[in-house]
Amino acid sequence: MLHFLNQAPQPAEGFTIAKVSRRGFLKVSGAGLALAGFATTAEAFPRWPHGGHAMPHGVRTDPLVFVRVDPDGTVTLVAHRSEMGTGSRTSLPMIMADEMEADWTRVVIEQAPGDEPKYGNQDTDGSRSLRHHIQMARQIGASVRHMLAHAAAAEWGVPAGEVAVEAHMVRHGSHEAGFGDLAEAAMALPVPAFEDLAFKSPSDFRYIGKGKVQITDLRDITTGAAVYGADVMLDGMQVAVVARPPVVGGKVKSFDDTAARAVPGVSAVVELPHSIPPAGFAPLGGIAVVASNTWAAMKGRDALQIEWDGGPHAGYDTQAFLAEMVATAEQPADTVFRNQGDVDAAFAEAARTFGQTYTQAHMAHAPMEPPVALASVTAEGAEIWAPVQSPYACRTDVAKALEIDPAQVKVNVTLLGGGFGRKSKHDFAIEAALVSKAVGTPVRVQWTREDDIRHSFMHTVSAERIDVALDGEGKVTAWRHNSVAPSILSTFAPDGGHQFFIEQGMGHVDMPFDIPNVRCENGAALAHTRIGWYRSVSNVPRAWAVGSFVGELAHELGRDEKQMWLDLIGAPRVVDPVAEGYPEDFWDYGEPYQAFPIDTGRLANVLDMAADAIGWGREMPEGEGLGLCVHRSFVSYVACAAHVRVVDGTIRVPEMHFAIDAGFIANPERVESQLQGAAVMGMTLALHSGIHYEAGAVVESNFHDYEMVRADNYPENVHVHMVPHGFGVHSTGVGEPGVPPVAPAIANALFKATGQRKRALPMGAQV
Amino acid sequence: MATQLRINGKDVEVTAPPDTPLLWVLRDEIGLTGTKFGCGVASCGACTVHVDGEPTRSCVLPVEAVAGAEITTIDAVNGTVAEAVQKAWRELDVVQCGYCQSGQIMSAIGLLSQNPSPTDQDIDDAMSGNACRCATYHRIRAAIHRAADTLEG
Ligand code: FES
Ligand code: FES
Repeated sequence: MLHFLNQAPQPAEGFTIAKVSRRGFLKVSGAGLALAGFATTAEAFPRWPHGGHAMPHGVRTDPLVFVRVDPDGTVTLVAHRSEMGTGSRTSLPMIMADEMEADWTRVVIEQAPGDEPKYGNQDTDGSRSLRHHIQMARQIGASVRHMLAHAAAAEWGVPAGEVAVEAHMVRHGSHEAGFGDLAEAAMALPVPAFEDLAFKSPSDFRYIGKGKVQITDLRDITTGAAVYGADVMLDGMQVAVVARPPVVGGKVKSFDDTAARAVPGVSAVVELPHSIPPAGFAPLGGIAVVASNTWAAMKGRDALQIEWDGGPHAGYDTQAFLAEMVATAEQPADTVFRNQGDVDAAFAEAARTFGQTYTQAHMAHAPMEPPVALASVTAEGAEIWAPVQSPYACRTDVAKALEIDPAQVKVNVTLLGGGFGRKSKHDFAIEAALVSKAVGTPVRVQWTREDDIRHSFMHTVSAERIDVALDGEGKVTAWRHNSVAPSILSTFAPDGGHQFFIEQGMGHVDMPFDIPNVRCENGAALAHTRIGWYRSVSNVPRAWAVGSFVGELAHELGRDEKQMWLDLIGAPRVVDPVAEGYPEDFWDYGEPYQAFPIDTGRLANVLDMAADAIGWGREMPEGEGLGLCVHRSFVSYVACAAHVRVVDGTIRVPEMHFAIDAGFIANPERVESQLQGAAVMGMTLALHSGIHYEAGAVVESNFHDYEMVRADNYPENVHVHMVPHGFGVHSTGVGEPGVPPVAPAIANALFKATGQRKRALPMGAQV
Repeated sequence: MATQLRINGKDVEVTAPPDTPLLWVLRDEIGLTGTKFGCGVASCGACTVHVDGEPTRSCVLPVEAVAGAEITTIDAVNGTVAEAVQKAWRELDVVQCGYCQSGQIMSAIGLLSQNPSPTDQDIDDAMSGNACRCATYHRIRAAIHRAADTLEG
């Protein structure tokens, strides 16, 4: 399933409205029934159109699906998104609880299994959990509060509008009841319509926007009791590890399992069907060794003798391929996505031109928890326990692989030990189901770190060429950007060699500078491995190219880097995609463009904030420098200002400032932690993250050659500055948009520190 | 062949082959799942346990090598240092996905047991074997300082 991709581009007619101010789009509902102490709907809850409804199965707002109130007053709230570290399993229930006036200490959180017809879309990716569900969470909370008040009103014979609901209690005059006392009557009432709801005034929020609620699994995590994918135990279960074809599209030619079967504890050896690309999330195939414990399974796998057939991608060599891609990027492309003005004429008339090429290697997500899943397949059906980002798609795909009805499959979601996009692809859960079916017992398929690094759905490899034309005053008159990268689409459909609308929308065609002539092109590149999405996706190579290029252009023109950014961004404007030659199927992160337009004022504002915070313009000692980058992604605006210091030839980042405009922020504490994480992941990918192929197979294998930034060299002082907004400016994405500007900000700072310009990611830790 | 272990203050007899890494004995045979698997080659720290009080990577530690030693895991670690660390971790909301945190906490307890008031440099040196892909290093450092302050009392 292409759930990540499963969003229609929003219709183009919205574009013409883009010039109208943002507030013009707020559809304010009629006044609701005011409950004591609560504002009317219109005042407190401007409804904001968003793309959540366009996702598969949309957004559900039925309180009876998400809330249970027990007679003892315990409120159980369902978390339907997967928790992989962003905090959504805490933040969304926290919003429901606040709007409901539930006491957080009496809230219990229950994780939903994969069931989108019931819960609405569950694909936890695209930085969408808050932005597509904050309104839903408030509506559900307000609905339950309404139902409690009406149940009390009926019981006490008083007007519902006079009943107060506060801190887990319901009151009127001398009457008083706890949530538990009213639970049965309240939850039997009809669910109120949105128009009949009253919402809390932001000044009455207890938890929303306060950053004081700790994440719900904190105690369990600090005592080892939290349950991740490998922590579920079933009676009679076995463990399997799989030897997979080293080359994508390869298969087993022959194998000898005599020695493997002789390993004590090994009970079975199962050949899995190989998959021929494009295979979506189907497993690669190979040989599974099943044993009573993980170590025996690993030793059994080591003892297998396998001869592989490499298949069509056995010659994949990333060094040669990248050189080809660079050549493609430096030639005119066969495909144009955005065409504004007359770029060729501007280049012909230019006083001067300037161009550079930037590259990025493949990356593997390498979440700390390697892929793992437990499956129990019986004649009745299948039950899965797995750390998956898209549990409903997983259910569908497991059913397909087992050739049974999805109704016979249940997918339970454990905590995810990191995801970053890897666990949207549930090949590991399908493997577990296939092996369990073959051996007739519950089976956990455990991936090793080597498996994870070698058989990921890789972040694409890319070459980005940017050329500008300049007039006699050094003003940029034309911008040409040829982005060349194998497409994610190749994992799902025959490979056309071109980027599709989602990839185009991530920092390529939405380049926000105020330049009269712009052409965004795409030279062809075919995929030779499984391409997937990695935190921030195509924004990583695009911000790397655009952000580094701005730094280089500033140097070329002898201009201050911050001033260069501001010159390019121009006067504040709301981009009109039609007037600026955007493609008709322009994808604004799946959001209706008119509700989330590109606002360059917000872009310049965060740049100013980050630059001011780091003390932009100050004298730096020898071997040190400051660098900037600002990038809009997932409809958020993030600027990064980095301070680089080279110590004994090693790149260090003693200080980093982020400024983020993410609309209304419901949980500032988790926004801070996501950006601290982005600083480190951004520095990791800047310095270290490169996956290389030789003879079709991945060269790297574990953390010694696929390194991470660690406690002895990470961006030490990370400061996060958030643009304050009320609920009326809709929440945007947070999990991903912090990452893209980090590497270019580091590269720009490194240039100031050393005079060395890096144009290839990863750049290495040493200079 | 059975091996006698002492885990979390209890004697346990295990039947795994003697070359089996302690990690898999803890997880698969004893059912103590707090200790995590991250790399299997002593390069991430997710599997850190205490062997006679020393933070040790259990993924490369043959079970025969720790017969008779005092093994402590995250599932049962206790005492004033452990409590101070766990409390600081909660107060500062350190975790993101949480997967590396068993190992981080075990390493932090080991550090503070040896060195009750570590500098930033001491922390970085002691903790750089524990990788965190979500990148919680800022809060880990702050939490170790906070725990140190608590212990100083
Ligand atoms: S699992 Fe032992 S150090 Fe990584
Ligand atoms: S919190 Fe996720 S790996 Fe450390």
